[in-house]
Amino acid sequence: MAEQVLAADGTPLKASLNRALRRQKMRALVLILPLLLFILATFIYPIGQMLFRSVENGIVSETIPRTVVALDDWDTQENDLPPATVFDALAKDLAVAVELKEHTRLGSRLNYELSGISSLFRKTGRRVDDIGEIYTDQLVALDPAWEDPATWVTLMADPDWIAAQAAWDGEGDEPAFVVSATAIDMLPQTADIYADFARVIQSGDNDSPTEEEPWHIVSLALYQDLIASPSVDIPGPLAGLVSTAAAAAPSFETEDVIATFTDVDDDWQNPEVWETIYTYSPAYTNGYFLNAIDLQKTTDGIEWQPENEQVYLTLFLRTMIMSMTITISCILLGYPVAWMLANLPARKANLLMILVLLPFWTSLLVRTSAWKVLLQNQGVINDLLVWVGFIADDNRLALINNATGTVIAMTHILLPFMILPLYSVMQTIPISYLRAAKSLGATNWTAFWRVYFPQSVPGIGAGSILVFILSIGYYITPEIVGGTKGVFISNRIAYHISSSLNWGLAAALGAILLAIVLALYWAYDRIVGIDNVKLGG
Amino acid sequence: MTLTKALMATSALTLAGSTAIADGHMADEMTIVSWGGAYSASQQAAYHDPYSENTGVTIINDESSNEAVAKLRAMNEAGNITWDVVDVVASDAIRLCDEGLALEIDADEQLAPGDDGSSASDDFGDLLVSDCFIPQIVYSTTAGYRTDMVGDTPPTSICAMFDLEAYPGMRSLEKRPINNMEWALLCDGVAKEDVYDVLETEEGQAQAFAKLDTIKDSVVWWSAGADTPQLLADGEVVMGTTYNGRLFSLIEEQDQPVAMLWDAQVFDLDGWIIPAGLSPEREARALDYIYFATDTQRLADQAKYISYGPARASSAPLVGQHATLGIDMAPHMPTDPANATNTFLYNYEWWADYRDDLDAKFQSWLAQ
Repeated sequence: MAEQVLAADGTPLKASLNRALRRQKMRALVLILPLLLFILATFIYPIGQMLFRSVENGIVSETIPRTVVALDDWDTQENDLPPATVFDALAKDLAVAVELKEHTRLGSRLNYELSGISSLFRKTGRRVDDIGEIYTDQLVALDPAWEDPATWVTLMADPDWIAAQAAWDGEGDEPAFVVSATAIDMLPQTADIYADFARVIQSGDNDSPTEEEPWHIVSLALYQDLIASPSVDIPGPLAGLVSTAAAAAPSFETEDVIATFTDVDDDWQNPEVWETIYTYSPAYTNGYFLNAIDLQKTTDGIEWQPENEQVYLTLFLRTMIMSMTITISCILLGYPVAWMLANLPARKANLLMILVLLPFWTSLLVRTSAWKVLLQNQGVINDLLVWVGFIADDNRLALINNATGTVIAMTHILLPFMILPLYSVMQTIPISYLRAAKSLGATNWTAFWRVYFPQSVPGIGAGSILVFILSIGYYITPEIVGGTKGVFISNRIAYHISSSLNWGLAAALGAILLAIVLALYWAYDRIVGIDNVKLGG
Repeated sequence: MTLTKALMATSALTLAGSTAIADGHMADEMTIVSWGGAYSASQQAAYHDPYSENTGVTIINDESSNEAVAKLRAMNEAGNITWDVVDVVASDAIRLCDEGLALEIDADEQLAPGDDGSSASDDFGDLLVSDCFIPQIVYSTTAGYRTDMVGDTPPTSICAMFDLEAYPGMRSLEKRPINNMEWALLCDGVAKEDVYDVLETEEGQAQAFAKLDTIKDSVVWWSAGADTPQLLADGEVVMGTTYNGRLFSLIEEQDQPVAMLWDAQVFDLDGWIIPAGLSPEREARALDYIYFATDTQRLADQAKYISYGPARASSAPLVGQHATLGIDMAPHMPTDPANATNTFLYNYEWWADYRDDLDAKFQSWLAQ
């Protein structure tokens, strides 16, 4: 065994060295810390937050938690409606959601998956506060005490809360409602919905449960509890009231919640509606990602979207192909210009450089609109061609509102991003190499192809990466000149962000686009080598 | 969803500081969001200038109405609402109301009664399509055509759009299913009252697409309201649809050889909402502005600058002449009886349900 080398202070040299290195690293980290925090806060965090929406689906289980739980037991394969308990649960959830104005938001979310759910939730929301009224009426007929908010508070509230509420001086917020353990134990459903009622009353309306009669749906829950445990024995002053109600409950006139829902809209009889709610009930979903590649989630698994709704794969493919076309056009047009810039005398080169940069300083929209004027049917280019006699007047070229228009306009807009890295790389290639090659007997072409071109490849690489990645994310130019065949996937992302508000789908499309770019970057690194990319000398 | 909540809470906290600052220095300022262009100019002249003069409040214009819903949702999540009053179309107002992002308004309590003594809710009537929406104008999406490119028989029906034999050439339609699907069905023999019932079925949608297929190669699809006037002026298209006010300015102000084809124009509403969650002072000021800007006289004043119909019944008799051209505005209103012989009312509720689905189909159809 080799003897350990010790440092001057007796610790092993290895550990001592490590410690010194770590200290250095920490110091370096402190130096870059402000920048790191800045990038995290302004770049990584917002992007992460946006991408997170592509899987986030908490809205369903947050808005209708009872329904989601009740649906767990539903057998989707039977192709039947869910049992009455699910309708009950939904009635309770909606009663809460309507008060909080959350039901329409959920409706919009589910409408992305099945048309019609949006208005179904809105319509049902208008009627849901009537559900259970029949039980309230019968309870009140039995004993008017049921009309008194105080009865309900005594029955439902924790004694400590009642004391705290009584001691509250009216300043600030009322103490948050606490439901009593006895109520949870003996009247579980009533306690559950009453707690929600009290929460909504306190937070949303800034009111007190001691002042407000509970919603009718609470009476429905109480009826269900009393039927479930007829011999319920509530301790305290209300024992008589509750046991009278329990005795009377079996003879109550009942309400068929399923019928109430169906009365609002027949769609509640449609198993598809329930399947959609069921499929999208988990807090996280891959549904957006599936939609983003023309698939859909059903209770039978994953299926293709109907053919007349498939569009995203086409658009991804088109975005890739057109971005590559634009990149290649930029290389073809930019290479000679960069060569000229690099080899002209400085005065002339500077003038040309300004010409290259000039469009760079003009607004993107102005440049794109200028292309519209040039390219359109009655535009400058077509007029010129007709005048020269190249084309007939009734046979003008379609240069805009199609893929051609997008390629032309975007090549022009992105050209400086190709020329600049090419130019800076070419500047470092001594022109004497070419002369040397020729003096050794190479033809002009051989000298260029074997000697000059390989040295300029890093510039092509850098330019191509810039142009390709920029063009993949473009959407303003394709929107203006692209018509229908020249639009990119980013146009759809913009649509879902600002018009349809389907941010989950937009995030999923964005995440896929990001993954494609990273994958292409990785492939580029493997094939060409990222070390070969040069932005300058 | 604790993670989301944590994320949201952090961003809300970060922004809380700036909100406090914003509230402080905005005491005499309010930000009003609208569409820009001639429309904002008409609001500036009819509402903003007199209001600023009366109250000393400085009004800052923001031209973000076309993405108002998305931005309000983002502001709401960040907990920092920087807008005071927002001009949106009715369907967006319904969505904002649905999402709890707009303040609910009690028309009779919070809006001015009509000049003729009617209550605000009677004066606006059916146009109060959402609890959060304060209607301002009635506009229509309608067609215009080049008078010099249609020969001796100018079109009289929207179905000319689908008649390539009688009216050859390109036409411009909006790049979305709304309106186009309805017109396609109308021109394929479906009765006006059955259009939405038919459009609800797969067969009906296929029928509409089949009708649109017949002109697909001759259509330039627009996404900005200014596109069609430009295309008409350049002679790129023989006819096209856009908002009636845009065509008015093309015909009357810029004197282009274009005429209106009012047939089957689709009425839509534009108006104000106040974002939910403003501080009490800002909310009070926004309500004060709305009370002023939507009274009978103010709504009639706006029609001096742009040919959109005032949303109050009581404003109609007060509509006068164009501020600079000096022509009577009434015959240019979409609601004028001569123009409104055959009209269509945008069906908000139906499109709220079918918009996502039909849009997917429409995009897929366009991409084929």
